[in-house]
Amino acid sequence: MSGPVDLRPTADQRALQASARDLLARRFGRERLRAAVDDPALDRALWRELGTAGFFALRLPEADGGVGLGLPDAVLVFEEAGRALLPGPLVAGHLLAGTVPGAATGERVVGLCDVGADGARLWEHPGDCDELILVEGGSGGEDGSGDGIPRAYWNAPDWPVLESVRSIDPLTPLARVASYPRRMPRALDITRLRREAALLTAALQLGSAARTVEMAVEHAGRREQFGVRIGAFQAVKHLCAEMLIRVEIARSAVYAASLTGQSLPVIGAKILADEAAVRNARDCLQVHGGIGFTWEADVHLHLKRAWLRLEQWQSGAKAEEALAEALLADDAAG
Amino acid sequence: MDLTYTPEEEAFRARLREWLAKALPELPARPDPLDWPGRRAYDLGWQRRLYDAGYGSLHWDASPTRRLIFLEETELAGAPYVGANFVGLLHAGPTIAAEGTDEQRARWLPPILRGEAVWCQGFSEPDAGSDLASLRTRAVRDGDHYVITGQKTWTSHAEIADWCELLVRTDPAAPRHRGISWLAMPMDAPGITVRPLRTLAGPAEFAEVFLDEVRVPVANRVGAEHDGWRVTMVTLSFERGTAFVGEVVACRRTLGRLARTARANGRWDDPVLRRRLGRLNAEFTALWRLIQGNVGAAGAAGGVPGAGGSVFKLRYSQARQELYDAAAEVLGAPGALDADQEWTAARLSSLSYTIAAGTSQIQRDIIAERILGLPKGR
Ligand SMILES: Cc1cc2nc3c(=O)[nH]c(=O)nc-3n(C[C@H](O)[C@H](O)[C@H](O)COP(=O)(O)OP(=O)(O)OC[C@H]3O[C@@H](n4cnc5c(N)ncnc54)[C@H](O)[C@@H]3O)c2cc1C
Repeated sequence: MSGPVDLRPTADQRALQASARDLLARRFGRERLRAAVDDPALDRALWRELGTAGFFALRLPEADGGVGLGLPDAVLVFEEAGRALLPGPLVAGHLLAGTVPGAATGERVVGLCDVGADGARLWEHPGDCDELILVEGGSGGEDGSGDGIPRAYWNAPDWPVLESVRSIDPLTPLARVASYPRRMPRALDITRLRREAALLTAALQLGSAARTVEMAVEHAGRREQFGVRIGAFQAVKHLCAEMLIRVEIARSAVYAASLTGQSLPVIGAKILADEAAVRNARDCLQVHGGIGFTWEADVHLHLKRAWLRLEQWQSGAKAEEALAEALLADDAAG
Repeated sequence: MDLTYTPEEEAFRARLREWLAKALPELPARPDPLDWPGRRAYDLGWQRRLYDAGYGSLHWDASPTRRLIFLEETELAGAPYVGANFVGLLHAGPTIAAEGTDEQRARWLPPILRGEAVWCQGFSEPDAGSDLASLRTRAVRDGDHYVITGQKTWTSHAEIADWCELLVRTDPAAPRHRGISWLAMPMDAPGITVRPLRTLAGPAEFAEVFLDEVRVPVANRVGAEHDGWRVTMVTLSFERGTAFVGEVVACRRTLGRLARTARANGRWDDPVLRRRLGRLNAEFTALWRLIQGNVGAAGAAGGVPGAGGSVFKLRYSQARQELYDAAAEVLGAPGALDADQEWTAARLSSLSYTIAAGTSQIQRDIIAERILGLPKGR
């Protein structure tokens, strides 16, 4: 029974999520993940397979070769990508599938970089993208007000001036965009682009946060010290319980924001999902003890990616300020 | 996933909103917090008005969605909260609805809905709080009565209650979870002594209840004899899972008022405070969605909320305390030190939220063991 006001995925949505999980388990399992750590170049074959499976074209109309689904469905699929730690410019590929030829099928890889106000931002997988779309202007926040009108520019990979950055996330090569030509402006709904990018990034964070709870619980249920499984110790139990609470609160926020599509709920969802991903990875590391601090354990990969996503799209001070500002506008009778 | 309401539900919301706009201005002035009979009369009077207008039974026999709309709209309109009716409407009533016989439902539920009876909760004892199953209050069978002797404590609203959902040990020889029964005890029965306890928030909110050979008919038992622990889990799942729905909406309103107050008194210029309020906005919005999800899921699962209520209760009790800590910062000194200020009083009472209805530590145990499946232990 799926009545109104229900945040649980429908049977169709669960099936969609399960098939995404299945594809990722087959094509990006633990071995592939660890291989990518040593060689983070994008797996083009996998990218095309994602395209074939409809990952990028999920929300394009069926008439345009898409799957015709909505934002809530995309969020569920991105949650799976977050669980699997799938690398690559996923958000860009999805959001520009209807704009950049070849992006929907995964034939061409497109990057997206929001240079905001200060004009220097990070471009992920610069060596793998066939083109880069730079977004600038606006407040970097939602409404496009403040410091100018938001604009988008097309760039070939060799146009921007780049400074190299040794990325903290071994799976995500980065470059700093120092400057770029503004030759090829294109019309894009940038407000919407930023909002949806934030929501999909939040979904990736959610998936990562959910995965690190599982990893912590698995380890705590197996590892023995003092003659018992460490999961029997209340201090460990309570760390795990707090991790689950962060996931559930973030999940409620992300799913609800995907249904309403409004900007403030999206900002709130990103804040809570960032917190869940970052803090859960740290707690997961703690539950793993010494082994958690090794390169061999996957938990650092979750933490590093979560830190990276924390810096992408809406986050931190600006996001909190926007939510505070909104309180003033609340029903003045209150 | 769907957050849309049906046209009938929207019509229900519109009717309710219209009714509230007329009913609220006619309310009498709120009584002094120390005036217990006054508070009882006020809370029951409001419940009676809701009942007469057809909104009385939205706590347990309406669809979950209607209940959400009801709680959302009453809070948004600034209507009085359930107050003295908390136990009856939000967990004793739902327990009787779920576990009682037809006769018991017909006997106890209508007076709760009509605003004629206040209920209290006699679960905790001086030596049985978190470890509730260690309770010692004895009930000895004497014909068609139980004869009850023992002591309850922290019993909220005991002074003004008509009925008590009481946990007693009916089989002292059985393993501790097995020998407990759940009874409805009339608070005017001979042998009951109520001694109010003063709280750190000032007014007596709860009491000690001494039971000296109190006779309660066997017919007042809800659920089978010795099966009270299972019934208690139902009560607690309502208490943790759904009882705070309206409060979340109220907290969001309070947050908006805090922001506007901060702008008016200059505290808004502090970016750290602004960011804190912004974060709390995200928090309470998400808590509302979480409890909406929980209520919806409970509705689909036959009405009784699951262990997910512990997830909500834990995060909500923390967020509520953060809200009133932020309020103290908005008020600044001496406002934040003036116990007569509304937000200062609320800050004091928020301290109980991480203790009452099961402490945060106990909720974490429940989440770890029942949801995550971690081993039992210490
Ligand atoms: C305002 C208020 C109203 C209340 N109203 C009612 C009411 O109407 N009816 C009613 O029956 N009860 C009521 N209570 C009682 C409430 O349910 C208990 O206070 C609560 O369950 C905790 O029990 P305790 O007070 O005995 O604390 P204790 O159980 O002694 O706990 C003390 C501390 O030890 C911790 N602790 C205990 N056991 C463990 C453990 N296994 N692991 C880790 N930490 C542990 C607790 O978390 C807490 O921090 C009310 C309490 C308050 C504050």
